[in-house]
Amino acid sequence: MTEAFSVKMYLRDLKLPFCPGCGAYTVMHAFLRAVYELGHRDLSEFVFCSGIGCSSWIPSPYFMADSIHTLHGRSIPVATGVKLMRPDLNVVVFGGDGDIVGIGLSHFIHAARRNLDVLVIMVNNMVYGMTGGQVAPTTPFKSKTTTTPYGSFEYPLDAVKLAVAAGANYAARWTTAHPNELKEAVKKALKLQGFRFIEVVSQCPTAFGRRVGFRNAGEMIRWFKENSITLEEAKKLSEEELAEKIVAGEFVQRHRPTLTETIYTVVKEALRNAEN
Amino acid sequence: MGSVKHGVYFWQGSVACAEAAILAGCRFFAGYPITPATEIAEHLSKRLPQVGGVAIQMEDEIASIGAVIGASWAGAKAMTATSGPGFSLMQESIGYAFMTETPCVIVDVQRVGPSTGQATKCAQGDVMQSRWGTHGDYSAIVLSPNSVQEMFDLTIRAFNLAEKYRTPVVLLSDEVVAHMREKVVVPPVEKVEILSRRKPKLGERAFFGPDEVPPMPSVGEGFNVAVTGSTHDEFGIRFTADPLVHRRLVERLNGKIQNHVNEIADVEVYNIENCRVGIVAYGCTSRAVYDVVEEAEAKGVSAGYVRLKTLWPFPEEAIRKLAETASKIIVPEMNLRQIFYEVERTVGGMAKVVPVNKIGGGELITPEEILGKILEEA
Repeated sequence: MTEAFSVKMYLRDLKLPFCPGCGAYTVMHAFLRAVYELGHRDLSEFVFCSGIGCSSWIPSPYFMADSIHTLHGRSIPVATGVKLMRPDLNVVVFGGDGDIVGIGLSHFIHAARRNLDVLVIMVNNMVYGMTGGQVAPTTPFKSKTTTTPYGSFEYPLDAVKLAVAAGANYAARWTTAHPNELKEAVKKALKLQGFRFIEVVSQCPTAFGRRVGFRNAGEMIRWFKENSITLEEAKKLSEEELAEKIVAGEFVQRHRPTLTETIYTVVKEALRNAEN
Repeated sequence: MGSVKHGVYFWQGSVACAEAAILAGCRFFAGYPITPATEIAEHLSKRLPQVGGVAIQMEDEIASIGAVIGASWAGAKAMTATSGPGFSLMQESIGYAFMTETPCVIVDVQRVGPSTGQATKCAQGDVMQSRWGTHGDYSAIVLSPNSVQEMFDLTIRAFNLAEKYRTPVVLLSDEVVAHMREKVVVPPVEKVEILSRRKPKLGERAFFGPDEVPPMPSVGEGFNVAVTGSTHDEFGIRFTADPLVHRRLVERLNGKIQNHVNEIADVEVYNIENCRVGIVAYGCTSRAVYDVVEEAEAKGVSAGYVRLKTLWPFPEEAIRKLAETASKIIVPEMNLRQIFYEVERTVGGMAKVVPVNKIGGGELITPEEILGKILEEA
């Protein structure tokens, strides 16, 4: 008999920590729904690594699974050690934009370059939410935050393009206004190998939205929906026009050999030569 | 070709360390090139694949220790090797390994600091960093080899202590001991004590207490282990406001080391029951004491020494014993006084503690300099 989907199938009996209206609920739901639709009735084939920040709480300790809640920015290095010693497990990293492409940026680039076999889901709320709303590497130009009270004087980073350039096997961007597309992207990514990256543009009504003119989470989600465009549409726009848009969709899908494959090719050959 | 076969070898200290790691069961190394520790990474990069293990050069030292921690939770014995600047970068993660009770070995081959200092030159300036480098209340296990043989022996011991106590262990070497070449006797593998972490039984759920050293599952074994550097209860669930949960956790983490000083702290002693002048030394500097005590005897001064093979937890008992007979204790070290203060604290006025310090250029403290101080104080 098929058990109907419920997030509770995969969660510990603990109260979730997110604010009302937080995008983390949508991401958690989409991920677990994808896992369910792929036929997993528990998370025993997964290991979750996360760092510090609100979205790092999506898997840890709430998922009934093995989870390693690491230091700020260091989830990908820890995931590297896990995956290399247990290549049979699905290693999934959850983190925010500050965690993954702020303090942890170098690890992100190198993991993509190595084509490390992990799926990284980055919840981009464009702000440091847990510390109360400071400017992030992803904050839109001129946005007011608590550390840019006159508006941000920096340009935001495009993490998906960076992942593509660094060598990721899969990279996609969706928003919390696209829960179904997000779920499908997770399913696809979980079936692929190598470094897979999904950015989810997400709302933080508490520490960002209300400072940039949104009254609630719903308004932010509507804004995501109205301002998201496809890669095809993006081609027709100038850089200035693009700055106001969210380019959503699948940026790359390829089958470069993965780190697990390349490293264990070397290990097996060295082992064989040593034994002979 | 698995672990090194028993026999007599002529090795560099770094090679002895790397071969010992493999013998101890290490199957994962992650590191970043840094003088004077690079040889350990190079040797393990060649040797680990030959035994089915993985060595990977990461993008920096922070990533290196991170990967080591991940590998440890995946069930592997894992290590990294670095020097002062890299050791500084690793400090936050060493605290994480302590808090999450992740066994791992960190080799610090000391060079001249602070900062970039003199990268190729020997020093002993990281002694206090190895004890207090990360933030918060913690206890460190730090071993100090003074020969190539001890690079071998103490690397095995470092893994054993890490596994037994579920904690990071630092092998605090130095440029001289890691780069010198000496004879090493490798015993038959069955004569070597090799310890591994205690595993939980099916159905167990408490991996972070209440046992002094709780059993440690690996990921992928069905235990649903939740690992976090935040204050957590025995099930790994975060409690970031409860003072009692924090006290219980952090007092146990410190206690599991401090309550076992007698087992962990290891020293080599000579003539401490009869000497007038004592020496407390460690690492490369301690290589001088063997000649010095003989020469002092020849000049009519009864001398003895305590050589620290464990720096932390500090071997107080041996130092106190020394202070019961010796009225003067000479502490030579290649820094501007670090263990000196620890000795002074331990003897509590029972003996006069006299520092001999030298820094820069990798110049060792000579036997003559130590002897001169003994004769001056005798």
